[in-house]
Amino acid sequence: MGSPTTLTSEAAPAPQPRRTPAVPRLRTRRQHHVARPRRSVLLTALTGLVVVYSLLPLVWLVVGATKTQKGLASSFGLWFGGDFALWDNIAETFTYDDGVFTRWLLNTLLYVVLGAGGATVLAVLGGYALAKFAFPGKRAVFAVVIGAVAVPGTALAIPTFLMFSEMGLTNTPWAVIIPSLISPFGLYLMWVFASEAIPTELMEAARMDGASELRVFFQVCLPQLAPGTVTVLLFTMVHTWNNYFLPLIMIKDPDWYPLPLGLNAWNAQAATAGGRPVFHLVITGSLITILPLIAAFLLLQRYWQSGLAAGSVKE
Amino acid sequence: MAPVQSAAAARPLPVRKTRRSWTGWGFIGPFALVFTLVFLAPIAYSVHLSLFQDRLIGGTTFVGLDNYQRALQDREFWEGVGRVGLFLVVQVPVMLGIALLVALALDSGRLYGKSFFRIAIFLPYAVPAVVAALMWGFLYGTRFGLVGDIDDALNTTLPDPLSPGLVLASIGNIVTWEFAGYNMLILYSALRVIPASLYEAAEIDGAGQLRVITAIKLPAIRGALAIATIFSIIGSFQLFNEPSILRSLAPNAITTSYTPNLYTYALSFNGQQQNYAATVAIVMGLITMVVAYVVQLRGMRKAA
Repeated sequence: MGSPTTLTSEAAPAPQPRRTPAVPRLRTRRQHHVARPRRSVLLTALTGLVVVYSLLPLVWLVVGATKTQKGLASSFGLWFGGDFALWDNIAETFTYDDGVFTRWLLNTLLYVVLGAGGATVLAVLGGYALAKFAFPGKRAVFAVVIGAVAVPGTALAIPTFLMFSEMGLTNTPWAVIIPSLISPFGLYLMWVFASEAIPTELMEAARMDGASELRVFFQVCLPQLAPGTVTVLLFTMVHTWNNYFLPLIMIKDPDWYPLPLGLNAWNAQAATAGGRPVFHLVITGSLITILPLIAAFLLLQRYWQSGLAAGSVKE
Repeated sequence: MAPVQSAAAARPLPVRKTRRSWTGWGFIGPFALVFTLVFLAPIAYSVHLSLFQDRLIGGTTFVGLDNYQRALQDREFWEGVGRVGLFLVVQVPVMLGIALLVALALDSGRLYGKSFFRIAIFLPYAVPAVVAALMWGFLYGTRFGLVGDIDDALNTTLPDPLSPGLVLASIGNIVTWEFAGYNMLILYSALRVIPASLYEAAEIDGAGQLRVITAIKLPAIRGALAIATIFSIIGSFQLFNEPSILRSLAPNAITTSYTPNLYTYALSFNGQQQNYAATVAIVMGLITMVVAYVVQLRGMRKAA
């Protein structure tokens, strides 16, 4: 990657020979410098290398999804093979093995709506409480949550599995949904965001007008929290949609698999005795799995990026 | 951007008019309840488990710290710890280095097509670890994969990325690919909120770009950098998904105790040794916390 020197080699300001009075010249220079520096082809090209690295496997995935099982093995990975089988592959992905892929897709949606949705609600409420109220035990709550973040999630997974197993929850959707409800990162982000976004005076004014605490929250504060909420929702969504370890431990019945677990099962099928390799379906299924998230990130870009920026103000 | 920033800077500090009451608990209560169920209770339960052993005769018996003693002498476990330690020392700096350079490049305002770059580099984060590992597994293939294609086309014999000597680096590449963009975005967001007045002051003082980066930008994003580092350390110690999925392609290179997490998984689900698995998980959690804490302290000392 570009070293710091390459970053700065283009940086020396070109002298601006202009016959303008002193004060306006100062202003143009500053605008040129701070707000609108000169664009650099070299820097763009160097950063472009990282873009190529980031997109190459995705290009491979898109190209791969157009190939038949046979075509995958016989043609160059980064270019289209002779036959264009994308539509056939999509149709087969959804119908193969009695349409189990559709079932996995619906499971994933269920886990995301209840898990990530619930996690966002809890994080918004909790972050709001930490930002705007002084309550007994607040410092303890904070210390415990921050401390627990450092505990590896997988270290918790096995005891959680044993506990849930005794409660009869394993192999049910609840075993995936309940642990997904907690997002310490979401709580942290919401706490920082709420501290920034809600003027305490506004809350006081609403209370003075006789609004209840719930009404203050829903009508005065919640609208201000929208960008932060979208950010937390997107990140918890990605976490739940992509989660592999938790369902791997909790779910034995393929009917309750989420997409990542199902795709891995299809992939592993080739290695089992007598199993038919379905790599073309693994690839097409993978593409279908990532499209909704990429679409969500692209469509909501403006909201989540502003939410993230506000979240990093605190030093 | 500049006028907004200066307006914000000019605004007087908000007076904390928060009242101390139980109302806050009404809002944080639901979080605290579920948190207790899925974080605190399992931690307590695994400490409990780690003090017992399942024996053929006598059933479950209290054994004190025997499991811990076994873990401290367990070669398989420590080899796994060494592996993720090596992974951490190499992969985390490479990934954060890329993230930082890209964030600085984006923030410099000197790129063509900035918003495309930002989202394109971030996109891999939206790809599930399973899909990422499957994809890269295909790309790594020396027979039908991209590596094989290149060998065929150029008549070369590239080293096998899934061989025992290279597989850790190959896993590192997948993890870097997945999270460089995510970390870039965290750092970039932190860079965006630096007040423009600081740059103006630096310019008046005649500071060059390099000086602006070292004297203004890096100190300003220290907090974000520390958070990114700590999350990356925790992630390294938790390494599971990528090696677990690549294992089907490289069963000889990736053993069931390749990382401490693979080891705990194998112990409790294939070996039925839940008590010992809980012990290993606790020891690993302690190691993670100590390392994260030391890194955090070092970061703070530098700041002071």
